[in-house]
Amino acid sequence: MSDSLLLLSLVALPFLGALAASLLATHARNAAAYLAGGVALAGLALVWTAYPTISQGGVLRAEFAWVPQLGLNFVLRMDGLAWLFAGMVTGIGALVVVYARYYMSTEDPVPRFFAFLLAFMGAMCGLVLSGNLIQLAFFWEMTSLFSFLLIGYWHHTQAARDGARIALTVTATGGLCLFAGLLLIGHIVGSHDLDVVLASGDAIRNHPLYLPALVLVLLGALTKSAQFPFHFWLPHAMAAPTPVSAYLHSATLVKVGLFLMVRLWPVMAGTDAWFWIVGTAGLITLLVGAYVAIFQHDLKGLLAYSTISHLGLITLLLGLNSHLALVAAIFHILNHATFKASLFMAAGIIDHESGTRDIRRLSGLNRTMPFTGRLALVAAAAMAGVPLLNGFISKEMFFEEALSADGLLVLPLVAMLASAFSVTYSLRFIHGTFFGPDPQDLPRQPHEPPAWMRFPVEILVLGCIFVGVLPAATVGPFLDLAARSVLGEATPYYSLAVWHGVNLPLVMSMIALGGGVVLYMALQKHLRSGIEGPPLIRRLEGRRIFERALVFLSWRLARRLEGVLGTRRLQQQLRMVLLLALAAGGFAAWHRGVGPGNLVPQGVDPVIALVWVVGAACALGAAWQAKFHRFAAIMLLGGAGLVVCITFVWFSAPDLALTQLLVEVVTTVLLVLGLRWLPKRMDKPGATGVEVVTISRRLRDLAIAIAAGLGMAALAFAVMTRTPPDLLAQHFLARAYTEGGGTNVVNVILVDFRAFDTLGEIFVLGAVALTVFALLRRFRPAPESVEVPEQQRDQSARDAERPDRRDGDTVADWLLVPSVLTRLLFPVICILAVHLLLRGHDQPGGGFAAGLVASIAIILQYMIGGAAWTEEKLRVLPLRWMGTGLLLAGGVGLASLFFGMPFLTTYFAYADLPWIGRVPTASALLFDIGVFALVVGATVLMLIALAHQSVRGHRAERRAETAPRALVPGED
Amino acid sequence: MTAMILSWSVFLAQVMLALAMGCAVWRVAVGPRAQDRVLALDTFYVLAAMLLLVFGIRTGSVVYFEAALVIALLGFVATAALSKFLMRGEVIE
Repeated sequence: MSDSLLLLSLVALPFLGALAASLLATHARNAAAYLAGGVALAGLALVWTAYPTISQGGVLRAEFAWVPQLGLNFVLRMDGLAWLFAGMVTGIGALVVVYARYYMSTEDPVPRFFAFLLAFMGAMCGLVLSGNLIQLAFFWEMTSLFSFLLIGYWHHTQAARDGARIALTVTATGGLCLFAGLLLIGHIVGSHDLDVVLASGDAIRNHPLYLPALVLVLLGALTKSAQFPFHFWLPHAMAAPTPVSAYLHSATLVKVGLFLMVRLWPVMAGTDAWFWIVGTAGLITLLVGAYVAIFQHDLKGLLAYSTISHLGLITLLLGLNSHLALVAAIFHILNHATFKASLFMAAGIIDHESGTRDIRRLSGLNRTMPFTGRLALVAAAAMAGVPLLNGFISKEMFFEEALSADGLLVLPLVAMLASAFSVTYSLRFIHGTFFGPDPQDLPRQPHEPPAWMRFPVEILVLGCIFVGVLPAATVGPFLDLAARSVLGEATPYYSLAVWHGVNLPLVMSMIALGGGVVLYMALQKHLRSGIEGPPLIRRLEGRRIFERALVFLSWRLARRLEGVLGTRRLQQQLRMVLLLALAAGGFAAWHRGVGPGNLVPQGVDPVIALVWVVGAACALGAAWQAKFHRFAAIMLLGGAGLVVCITFVWFSAPDLALTQLLVEVVTTVLLVLGLRWLPKRMDKPGATGVEVVTISRRLRDLAIAIAAGLGMAALAFAVMTRTPPDLLAQHFLARAYTEGGGTNVVNVILVDFRAFDTLGEIFVLGAVALTVFALLRRFRPAPESVEVPEQQRDQSARDAERPDRRDGDTVADWLLVPSVLTRLLFPVICILAVHLLLRGHDQPGGGFAAGLVASIAIILQYMIGGAAWTEEKLRVLPLRWMGTGLLLAGGVGLASLFFGMPFLTTYFAYADLPWIGRVPTASALLFDIGVFALVVGATVLMLIALAHQSVRGHRAERRAETAPRALVPGED
Repeated sequence: MTAMILSWSVFLAQVMLALAMGCAVWRVAVGPRAQDRVLALDTFYVLAAMLLLVFGIRTGSVVYFEAALVIALLGFVATAALSKFLMRGEVIE
């Protein structure tokens, strides 16, 4: 199997599996489990296939072009360290899948769980195999995202939602910092390729930007690995299902930060800054985590804090700037993954079979669950560092490093103290749960779990024992590979052995063991009292600080800023926008100066000048009447629009004129539709006269309006009196037919040269239409405009007076001629739409104009025939139109990929059609049809949504008549 | 000679159409009744269509006829909406 295939499938398989799992039925528990397990095992097999190469010290590498223009490649790269991590991710992943199959309840949507788990696994594989810094940051954020989904899997509980939110906020913020840091490193090195970066350690360390880069990268790593002061998210993430905790918090998510530190160790470590930041964070985390863990009453809480503490230990090792410490760190990453995963699973079994995780309620489970008890005992002993288990060996290495670090006496002491604490909490876990009297009133009668649920724990515990007894023979070669891939030639000599003779680390171990036992016995009374929280530092709760900061940022600060800067008055907003535009335009003109244009002035045609006078009168009249006579204002606005349209025609822009005209018509209809819901007439100013303040405000607004209008006019004049030497239009004109296959340059620009913009615009248009629809669904008219309009009441009353007439006869009579005419016109207008659509590529027209024409045809039927009649005869499904349009436009763009061309390339040819002859056809026409469908759907959706308000209003009216109290209009 | 007469008459037609547009806008702005305004707007649309036709005659191009056609075919939709509003108090029932 080739390297690239192997690496690519290792990353892609989990994602494909996730996709497949998400398509399974909600309760297909077994199918999803088999799928997930199969994918995890296949991943493990792939990792194993790579072993022969890796064991020779080789590096698997695969490159795929990503953004070749920027020199960015999608690089997958597997060396010893990545191999070890990939093995851990897939191996423990497979065990977790087996465990989760039995842990998850049948009521849960299990396929979704496995889909998230697999996607997370894929993100992890992508992360550890990344051979490129940007790609690494990408997968990093992806792990944050999928861990968010996994932690929040039981989203019906508040704790899960909170835990997921906190975890995402902390780790994703850290991820952003990391991204910035990695970009800095990329800037320093001049490449984002990991191999290049790893080879330029001195350049990075001696660069002035080293410190900012280091701090940013470490912010990412320390938040992810839950180091003090960012550790608080991890305990809250325990609201996740236990398999998730076992996976995320033993082997994967929290180890990612450590992985990154190990990965960048050769290039970033070795400085005082690294020592102080990483070492201090690790030291504090190690001690505080272990201390707090002792006082947790929740089994998973205890394990969470012990995880934090162990992560602190590894971080501290990494911070010591010693090669041996790095080896010890990698070793402990492995050991911690095995014993912590098994302990989480054991805690989950206890919770699953007894119904509680509270140590205060549990006791004496050894009698009912003897086998699980033995397994947990061994794993906890490994965690405490009891000899002949894997935790002991890495702890010995840690002690040795702590002793040999630069004469700091505090380090060995703290190491010993934290170790004693870990003995205490391990004892508490085992003794509190499995020993003592029989448990009283547990939610469930405890019993042994199904054999397969225990199976993953057995495997992991066996691993703990084997590594503990025969370290060099079992884990030795793998550890060596990983260490060698990081340190290369500098890998120091180390010996993995259980017995190194009586030396200081052994003495320290014994003291810690003894001290831990003594401490546990001394604390018995305190722990039994059941007080929540650790003594001394109870008030130091990270979460509270975090929540307070969030409340400040997202609520108080936002509120205050809104109060200072924001306003809900449209006039003020408009004023601000105009003033800002004036200031920006004025500054630009003042800064750069405006000279006369380079075009020769021409005489003004008196006809167009007259038309413009008329248009200006329309615009002024519209502004004048806008407040007290909206109906007239709308019409005057329409007149101004028409003058603009004539102007476009005059200056040879038929496309623009066409579009302008159609938009004008649709806008007028839209405004009149809205007019129905506005109160009839605002009060005229009273007889007392206008106040001075009002007058001054109006004068100021008038001045702003005049300035803005004049500025706009000046801008238009300045642009139109000059033409740059190398106009982009020349380029379009020259290429429209040869490359786009159309003679209408405007349309070729829209559907070919700038088709990507058009694609974006139609998506925006679709989103806007959906938003308008959604907002109007909740629209409640003002009480004064709810009732049926006056005219309709009069006409109904007239019908009611005459016994020979039925209700609605008057309107039917009056609308007889218009309705016949509009029905006759419907096909004509539709033909116009098709005409505009089909010839758009060569002559004025196109999908947008055609779509507007078609929607006008439909609106006309709605207006004259009424909503009920029209929907009975002509069922328009706007959402289908929109969906079809988007799919078609996007699909045409994608289709060009199949022919090896870039996205949205147009194909152009002449087609021989029977009876019609040779017809120029371009694939852009299909794109244009997509635009057409979308425009029809979006316009009709918005107008119908507005129109249905009336229908709904009538219904409410009737309901109000039958039941006078129910005045609220109902939902459609 | 003929050409001069034609060009002058086309020009005068345009000027008169533009003046007529001015009159129509005066009606839209002043009223007095809403019905007057709607009729004036419809007149305005018809005048615009004719102005474009005359413009086409003047330049000898047929591209502008298209715009006139669209105004003739769809310009009345705005009028219809406005009339419906006056008649029933809402546009779509």
